[in-house]
Amino acid sequence: MKKYTFTEKIDTRSGFGAGLYELGKTNPNVVALVADLTGSLKMNAFKNEFPDRFFQSGIAEANMMGMAAGLTIGGKIPFAGTFAAFATGRVYDQVRQSIAYSNKNVKICASHAGITLGEDGATHQILEDIGLMKMLPGMIVICPCDYNQTKAATLAIADYVGPVYLRFGRPAVPNFTNPNEKFEIGKAQLLSEGTDITIVATGHMVWEAIQAGEDLAKDGISAEIINIHTIKPLDKDAILASVKKTGCVVSAEEHQKAGGLGESIASLLSTNLPTPMDIISINDEWGQSGTPTALMEKYGLNAANIKDAAKRLVAKKD
Amino acid sequence: MDKIEEIQAFATQVRRDILRMVHGAKSGHPGGSLGCADFISVLYKHILKYDRNNFTMDGLNEDLFFISNGHIAPVWYSVLARSGFFPLEELSTLRQLDSRLQGHPTNHDGLPGIRIASGSLGQGLSVALGAAQAKKLNNDNSLVFSLHGDGELDEGQIWEALTYGAAKKIDNIISTIDYNQKQIDGPIQDVLDLGDLNAKLLAFGWDVLEMRGNDVANVIDVLKQAIAKTGKGKPIAIIMHTEMGAGVDFMMGTHKWHGNAPNDDQLATALAQLPETLGDY
Repeated sequence: MKKYTFTEKIDTRSGFGAGLYELGKTNPNVVALVADLTGSLKMNAFKNEFPDRFFQSGIAEANMMGMAAGLTIGGKIPFAGTFAAFATGRVYDQVRQSIAYSNKNVKICASHAGITLGEDGATHQILEDIGLMKMLPGMIVICPCDYNQTKAATLAIADYVGPVYLRFGRPAVPNFTNPNEKFEIGKAQLLSEGTDITIVATGHMVWEAIQAGEDLAKDGISAEIINIHTIKPLDKDAILASVKKTGCVVSAEEHQKAGGLGESIASLLSTNLPTPMDIISINDEWGQSGTPTALMEKYGLNAANIKDAAKRLVAKKD
Repeated sequence: MDKIEEIQAFATQVRRDILRMVHGAKSGHPGGSLGCADFISVLYKHILKYDRNNFTMDGLNEDLFFISNGHIAPVWYSVLARSGFFPLEELSTLRQLDSRLQGHPTNHDGLPGIRIASGSLGQGLSVALGAAQAKKLNNDNSLVFSLHGDGELDEGQIWEALTYGAAKKIDNIISTIDYNQKQIDGPIQDVLDLGDLNAKLLAFGWDVLEMRGNDVANVIDVLKQAIAKTGKGKPIAIIMHTEMGAGVDFMMGTHKWHGNAPNDDQLATALAQLPETLGDY
């Protein structure tokens, strides 16, 4: 049983742009803000058709986040877009006080997240954003896996009242989820059932996990693949149920080990169901310039790494 | 009693509240609170359009007021309570465990009258600009007012927001700067000289007025001038000249009372200068 079909390679940020444009047509309260990155975030369609609801802050992210918080006072649903590095680290205090503590209905839309930002290098490759955002009480943290899911998530968060961090990326990556599937915040997505090991992944790493699962099958290992598109709140029941069945788990993410998805899962399991685990992530290192593919390989973030970790864990069981 | 005398009497009672609240909490910021007592009293008694009985977060068709220099929370709490937003006796809970009157203002605990948290400085002008733009989208002709400290103008975000407000012609906002020329470490000229603030605000494209913030008649007059200037394509700034600690002789002329509570003797000395006009909480 598998619940995915590869169709094409396309960037997740375009899924965001498509979702935002659709919201523009269907929800008059949705407004968009951007800090001089309209094209990069694929917000041109919204800007062109709904100019009155589009706010260009210039390269002033702190002001943009504050204005987004203010726009909610009056019933607007602001989608504030910039690169993940500038949507989190640069404006952490604004997000913390004016949005999160104030419980404002702001959607922080963060593109170019992770190492796959590529050639621009470490200044722009934020690998700490999930941790920064998940630590804020009440903040929802979402990291969809492909174009279809990013579009669906963009639509879904408009209906949720409260602050949300939506993380997506720059490169063209496989599009494989069902375009008609409704996005459920906080609900893990089972992509492939298995019995020997659980592989949980988020964002671009979900496709790598799928590839690892298919390779493991050739070696006679049955992997259960779970897409954790919502890192907070974590779907604890889905993870515990799977791990109870398989007895070991690998997590995979394009983020630092500290503060990431793996850390959340390790915390869950250590207090509920101690289980052998490995975490595929960046480990206390800075990124660098390079192609996304080369960087994924250099930092050990691809299907081969997931497969090797899974085989080691399964071997230990016997 | 005419309107001005009525507001002066109100502000005197607010000053008593501030001192008693901060004394009771044994911490807080009396200096800036006392300095802004006249201005905030004028706003709530005479200028702002609001519905105290049906406070809503969106405040549609009401004037909105944001305090960006959140440490002067005591003056805001007193004015809000005495304007009917919440029970007067709640003032005694300032800074206590489980109180809605947190050390810095917040909407987190549902205190009527407050729409966003402030305390970490420099954020409120951006928030006010956002709210002002929401009003424009809603075809809501009421206004947005904000208050800022002069020390707060050290923060870069303020200047991002000043640039934006003029560039985008946000002309339904009146932002007042409490120009008491003092901040925690001393006179603003010593800590970080703002230079010619009026000229800077003008250069940033704002319409600028000057106001004597501890002169109730002048506050009313200048706020009305400011309101008359709205809707003309420019945001409006008011440089409000105040005395930190205004109303209490030993708290004026120094930055010492920015963030210190009076002891029992100091409280008695201060209250002796401020007659109880509306009854203590």
